[in-house]
Amino acid sequence: MSILVTPNTKVLVQGITGSFGAKHAQLSIDYGTHIVAGVTPGKGGQFFEHGGKKVPIFDTVADAVKQSGATASAVFVPPPFAADAILEGADAGLDLVVAITEGIPVRDMVRVKRALEGNLKTRLIGPNCPGIVTPGEGKDSHGGCRIGIAPGYIHKKGNIGVVSRSGTLTYEAVWQLTSRGVGQSTCVGIGGDPVNGTSHLDVIKLFNADPETTGIIMIGEIGGSAEEEAAEWIKAHCKKPVAGFIAGATAPPGRRMGHAGAIVSGGKGTAEAKIAAFKAAGIGVAVTPSEMADTLLKMM
Amino acid sequence: MNIHEYQAKQLLAQYGVNVPFEIPAKSLAEVRPAAEKIVAAGSAKVVVKSQIHAGGRGKGTFKSGFQGGVKVAGSVDEAVGFAEKMFNQTLVTKQTGADGRQVQTLLLAAGAKIKKEFYLAVLLNRETSRPLIMASTEGGMDIEEVAEKHPEKICKETIDPAVGIMPYQARKIAAALGLKGDLFNAGVKLITGVYNTWWECDAAMVELNPLAVVELADGKETVMALDAKISLDDNALYRHKNILEMRDLNEEAPLEIEASKFALNYIKLDGSIACLVNGAGLAMATMDIVQHFGAMPANFLDVGGGASKEQVTAAFKIILSDPNVKGILVNIFGGIMDCNVIATGIVAAVKETGLKLPLVVRLEGNNVVAGKKTLAESGVAIINGDSMADAAQKIVKAVGK
Repeated sequence: MSILVTPNTKVLVQGITGSFGAKHAQLSIDYGTHIVAGVTPGKGGQFFEHGGKKVPIFDTVADAVKQSGATASAVFVPPPFAADAILEGADAGLDLVVAITEGIPVRDMVRVKRALEGNLKTRLIGPNCPGIVTPGEGKDSHGGCRIGIAPGYIHKKGNIGVVSRSGTLTYEAVWQLTSRGVGQSTCVGIGGDPVNGTSHLDVIKLFNADPETTGIIMIGEIGGSAEEEAAEWIKAHCKKPVAGFIAGATAPPGRRMGHAGAIVSGGKGTAEAKIAAFKAAGIGVAVTPSEMADTLLKMM
Repeated sequence: MNIHEYQAKQLLAQYGVNVPFEIPAKSLAEVRPAAEKIVAAGSAKVVVKSQIHAGGRGKGTFKSGFQGGVKVAGSVDEAVGFAEKMFNQTLVTKQTGADGRQVQTLLLAAGAKIKKEFYLAVLLNRETSRPLIMASTEGGMDIEEVAEKHPEKICKETIDPAVGIMPYQARKIAAALGLKGDLFNAGVKLITGVYNTWWECDAAMVELNPLAVVELADGKETVMALDAKISLDDNALYRHKNILEMRDLNEEAPLEIEASKFALNYIKLDGSIACLVNGAGLAMATMDIVQHFGAMPANFLDVGGGASKEQVTAAFKIILSDPNVKGILVNIFGGIMDCNVIATGIVAAVKETGLKLPLVVRLEGNNVVAGKKTLAESGVAIINGDSMADAAQKIVKAVGK
């Protein structure tokens, strides 16, 4: 098993005709992911062609879902239109909407989050995230489900769950695992924005309940208190070993470090506080980002 | 993006927030007429306020030795005298760092007879993903200190974004601040206006410290925003052209402005090891690992997912304009990008900039073998780093020599 998506999940791409969406739709098709539909308003009836595959394009997500049976989507829509795209995905009854888009105004996400409250059907991952990968069984994990922009080939099918706010740090952790011959159940990038759909804790709970996940790497960074919240739950409920890393110990207070959510403000959200929370919860803390995989493997 | 106090008050006034009668002056010549207008409007005193993007101005010191970035003048002449000591001078406050900031705008405001001071702010509560209004009777003080020592003196009201601020919520805050009678109603209007400013302008934070009850010349009392600070959500500036025009490049580090032209995310720090990394999380982690092995990072630099030759060259030039830099650590995880393309870009950048400092490159990912070969055969002095830890140790050692 895995969490959120399996190699059989049918995926549609919102914004499939934009250059960014098109490129990553192609890479997902190459990886063996079932990309079954695209959505670009005004281009319904056309096709997205790649590698001998013809993916139908629809004007609305509702039509795309009805015709293709997709249950998950990747949102590559530009920031001004992304909030609308996310809620359109929810309205169409998708199980999972993965928002890759970086740069969505906070106010838009506040409204999206409010609109999704009480919606038990649709889970939002992101925005401003690399997406999600459940590795497949083929060479270089081919045949898996790749929603987003992560490099597929660095993965390997296995039993470690990875959750992170950062894209490249996720790849770093995944690659450390794969290089040591250790595979992953699912890797989830929850995104670097201050308002996001799925938290560290949400993903940790899913990994804890997944029989095939035997260990977890949780990567956090400065800003907010989502890591502390997850650590508290792990201390009380998590049955599996968890190793973690927090980025940003050297970041100056009051400055946004690339990610909109990576900021220490009013003395809150420091790396020190998060690392202390990890230690108090029995989470193995990687002293440097080079030791994320080894820290977990030593615990297992 | 941050804006100046006078700009923040202009925005607040548009949403019905009561602010003092005040006029910004962008040159010394504008000071006297502005001060005269304020006196003519009935104010016996003129407050002269340095406009910089940093707090602690009142207690700040100019590099000239002149004390105080905010002064209360009893006459037009005295106001002009203060302005002469402030204009184009560098003000150092506890928030500016030792370099200070040059004062290029002064705000001249009608003096207010302050009866009571409060704190009022609107911000995003990340735990609930909803707007939060915070108010305190302890105005004019550091709110973090109040939160620590007297949390009971802070009142918080969460706003449901689906309905916006409801009048009862503004009334709750006005009551918590102890406002009565006409002041209560004026407070409700002001609190509502402050929230609406936050929401409508896509602000990250609106802060009035102090919000005050002041006595007017006729003896009546009113509430007004004596000081205001607004920071904005950069991602939303595209829909606020009027606010974007308020950007003051003088308040931003020149290297950071230069970096933004190449879509590079650069923040200057005080250390000696420059870092060039793709991805914000990895860039922070690279800074951390440099510190772990005993040196300090000179900057945060995220070149983004692409890391093109043009970007890498621009990044090198920016890094090298920082005189504190003694060595460079490049850390690239080329997930989708071909590492060989990145390696070619690094070699070109080194040649173009004539780099003399030690350079450690750690490449990982797609087509990495070819990339490392390109670096090794380039004829330029590049130290290969195998892991992040290995690369960090090597650059710290190279600089330490």
